[in-house]
Amino acid sequence: MSVPLKMQNITKCFSGIIANYQVNLEIEKGEIHAIVGENGAGKTTLMNILYGLYRPDSGEIFLDNKKVNIKNPRIAIALGIGMVHQHFMLIPPLTCAENIILGKEPAKNFKLDYKKALKIVEELSLKYGLKIEPKTKIEDLSVGMEQRVEILKLIYRGAEILIFDEPTAVLTPQETEELFLIFKELTKQGRTIIFITHKLNEVMTASDRITVMRRGKVAALLKTKDTNKEEIAKMMVGREVILNLEKKTTPITDIVLEVKNLKALNDRHLPALNDVSFSVRKGEIVGIAGIAGNGQSELAEVLTNLRKIQSGEILIKGKNLAHIPEDRLKRGLILNYTLAENLILGYHRQKQFSSVCKLNFKNINDFAENLIKDFDIRPQNKDFKANWLSGGNQQKIIIAREFSFEPDLLIVAQPTRGVDIGAIEFIHRKLLEKKEQGKAILLISLELDEIMTLADRILVFYEGKIIGEVNPREIEEHKLGLMMAGVVNA
Amino acid sequence: MNLSEIFNFSLIYSALRLSIPLILASLGGIFSELSGVVNIALEGIMLLGAFFGMLGSYYFNPLAGIILAVIIGSLTALMHALLSIKYRTDQIVSGIAINIFAVGLTNFLLFLLFKQSGHSPEVKGFSWIIYAVLAFILVILGHFILFYTPLGLRIRAVGEHPRACDTLGINIYKIRYLCVIISGILAAFSGAYLSLGHLSSFTREMSAGRGFIAIAAMIFGKWKPIGALYASLFFGFADALQLRLMGKGMIPPEFLNSLPYIFTMIVLAGVIGKAHPPASIGIPYNPEEGE
Repeated sequence: MSVPLKMQNITKCFSGIIANYQVNLEIEKGEIHAIVGENGAGKTTLMNILYGLYRPDSGEIFLDNKKVNIKNPRIAIALGIGMVHQHFMLIPPLTCAENIILGKEPAKNFKLDYKKALKIVEELSLKYGLKIEPKTKIEDLSVGMEQRVEILKLIYRGAEILIFDEPTAVLTPQETEELFLIFKELTKQGRTIIFITHKLNEVMTASDRITVMRRGKVAALLKTKDTNKEEIAKMMVGREVILNLEKKTTPITDIVLEVKNLKALNDRHLPALNDVSFSVRKGEIVGIAGIAGNGQSELAEVLTNLRKIQSGEILIKGKNLAHIPEDRLKRGLILNYTLAENLILGYHRQKQFSSVCKLNFKNINDFAENLIKDFDIRPQNKDFKANWLSGGNQQKIIIAREFSFEPDLLIVAQPTRGVDIGAIEFIHRKLLEKKEQGKAILLISLELDEIMTLADRILVFYEGKIIGEVNPREIEEHKLGLMMAGVVNA
Repeated sequence: MNLSEIFNFSLIYSALRLSIPLILASLGGIFSELSGVVNIALEGIMLLGAFFGMLGSYYFNPLAGIILAVIIGSLTALMHALLSIKYRTDQIVSGIAINIFAVGLTNFLLFLLFKQSGHSPEVKGFSWIIYAVLAFILVILGHFILFYTPLGLRIRAVGEHPRACDTLGINIYKIRYLCVIISGILAAFSGAYLSLGHLSSFTREMSAGRGFIAIAAMIFGKWKPIGALYASLFFGFADALQLRLMGKGMIPPEFLNSLPYIFTMIVLAGVIGKAHPPASIGIPYNPEEGE
C-alpha cells in the first residue's frame, strides 16, 4: 500500500492559542482512519487545514508523494479530498439534488440542467446504496438522510479521501451502524475514510488505524487491532482514566421521590407517559434506560414541573430539587452571562447573594471562585461568558450549581452528552459522591454504558411505559438493548 | 360622486407609471438580499440615479444620463458592498449613511450647479413606455437567472448558508459583490426613470420613500421577482388611487399612503403564507470564525 496522504509538521495558531503544533499525520489508501482526542485537542482544526478552510502557519501536505498547497476548499475538492462537517453544510430550502450539485452544476447554454442533475443523483444513490429522494427539500429530512446527502455530495465531486467530523454525534444507534456499513462499502471501492470522534466504542468497531491527539499534538499512532479502549483513553487524556468506576453500595433508606400512575402528553399532544409508577430512595441511583423518544424527556420535564401532567401523582419528600436538564444550552445556562452569574442562576434570591434589591457581588464572586476550583471548570475565570467554554466545562457549571445547594433529590438527564471522557469521569465521580452522601438520584440517559456504570437499578422505558426493572450487576448489555427495543422476554 | 371619474383607464395608466420605479428597485433589492446583504440604500441610490440621470441629460443627452446614473449607482452600491462584505459593518447603518449622504449631495449639487433649491431645469428624457417594457423584461430575466441558472442557485445558496457554499468552493464574496452592484444598477435606473421619464426634471428628494416601498414590495413578494412585480403594481395602484382621491374626502390619502407598510407588516407577521427571508441575511461572512 502506498501512502497517498501525509501531513508534516503542521502548526496553526488562533490569536495566540496553539491549535495544532508540529502535527504529523499519515493516511494509507483504502483505510478507515480514526482521529481521536478530547474537545479542543485540535482534530477539527487539522482537518479544516487539510480541506483548505484554514491555512496552516507552517507545515507541508503531500499527496501521492507530491507536495500540494491547499489554499481553499476548491483546490481540496480538485485533489479528491471531501469533508462532511460536524454541522451539516446543507441548505435547508433547497432539494437534495440541488444541494448535491451546488458548485458543480450541470448546465446547458447558461441554463441549469435540472433533469440531468436528478439523473446523476439517482445513479449515484443507486450505485452506492445511499437511498435518498432527490426532489425532497433538506428541511424535510431526518439527520441520517441528511448525512447521506452529504456523502453523495462528496462522491459527486469525485472525492477519494472522505473526512467525517464527529459523524455519529447526531445519529441514532441504528443510523450509526448503517454509517459504518457505508464506510466499509466506500473503502471496498478504493476510497479512504478519515473520521474524527471521541467515542471509543466507535473507534474500536469502525477503524483500521487511530491517530490520538492531545492538546494540539499527536500523542500516538495505533493499529486498532493491537490496542484497547483503556490505552486510547489514557493517551487522549494524558493520565489513567477509569472507564468503569467502582460503585459502592450505600444504605438505601427513605423514599424521596414517588411517582404514581403518571400520565402526560408530548408536544404533539400524543401520550408520552402512560401509567408510570416508581420510586427513588435515599442513597440510590435509579437509571432510566431507553431509546430516544420513549418518554424519558417528558418524564424529566414532568418531575421538574416544566410539563403538565394529565393524571397521577408526584410526591417529593425533602427539600431542594436539583435538575441537570438534557439540553444544557436551552435550559441549563444563559450563554451570554458570566460563569459567576450562571453559577447562582435560580438561586440569586438567596440571602447570601442579594439583599432587598441589590446583588451582593462579593459573596457571589467568592462563591463562584470556590466552585470553579472545586469542579475544575476551565478556563478558571469567573468573568468569562459561558459560551466561550467547551461543552464539558459548560456542563460542569450546571453540575456545580445544582449540586451546591444541598438538594435531597437530583433529576439528572443526559449529564455527559457531548462531553469528553476526562470530564465524563469527573461528572460520574461527582454523581457517585452524591449518592454516597445519601441523596436520591434519578438518572436519565441514552448512553447505555453510563447507566450500567452508575445505576443501582435500571427501569427500561418503552413507548412511555416501564417495561421492566433490571439489576445492572446481573443483566448483560445486549439483553438490555433488546428490552429497550420492546422485547421483554429475551 | 361619480365612481367612473375615479376608476377609469387613466387610473390604470397612472398606476403603471407609478409602479415602474418600485418594480425596478424591488428587483434590485431581491438580488442583494437573496445573496445575504440587506440594502436599504436603495432609497439613496435611487435619488442619486435621479439626479445624475438629469445631469447627464442636461449636459449631453438622455442616454448619457442613464449611463451616468447607472455608473454612479453601481459605485455607491460598491461602497455599500465594501462596507458590509469586506469591512463587515452593520448593513443597516451603512445603508442609512448612504441615504443621508445622497440627500445631502444632491441638494448641494443642485444648488451648486443650478443655483436652485427646489428643482432642476427641464431636460429631455424617454417615454415611460420604454421603461415599462424594460422593467417587465428585466423582471422575467431576473426570474430566469435566479431560478433557472447555476448562478441563481449559487446566489440563493450563498444567502442561506454561506459556510456551506465556502466548503463547496463557491466564491461567496464574488457573488455578494455582484448582487449588491446589480441592486445598485437597478435602483439607479429606477431613479433615472423618475427624472427622465416620469417627470423631465429633478426635484429635491424626489425618491420620496420609493426605495423603502420597493423593499416593502420585495418582502410582500416573498423575495421573488414575479411576486415583487405584483406587489409593486399593487402599491403603484394604491399610490395612483391616493392621488385621485386627494381632496375628495372619501378615503384619507394618508391611509392609502400607509398601505405598503401595513401590508409589509401583515406579510412579516405571517398572515399571508410564510415569508422566509434568506437565512444569513445581514450577517457578514467571516471564514475563520469559530467552530
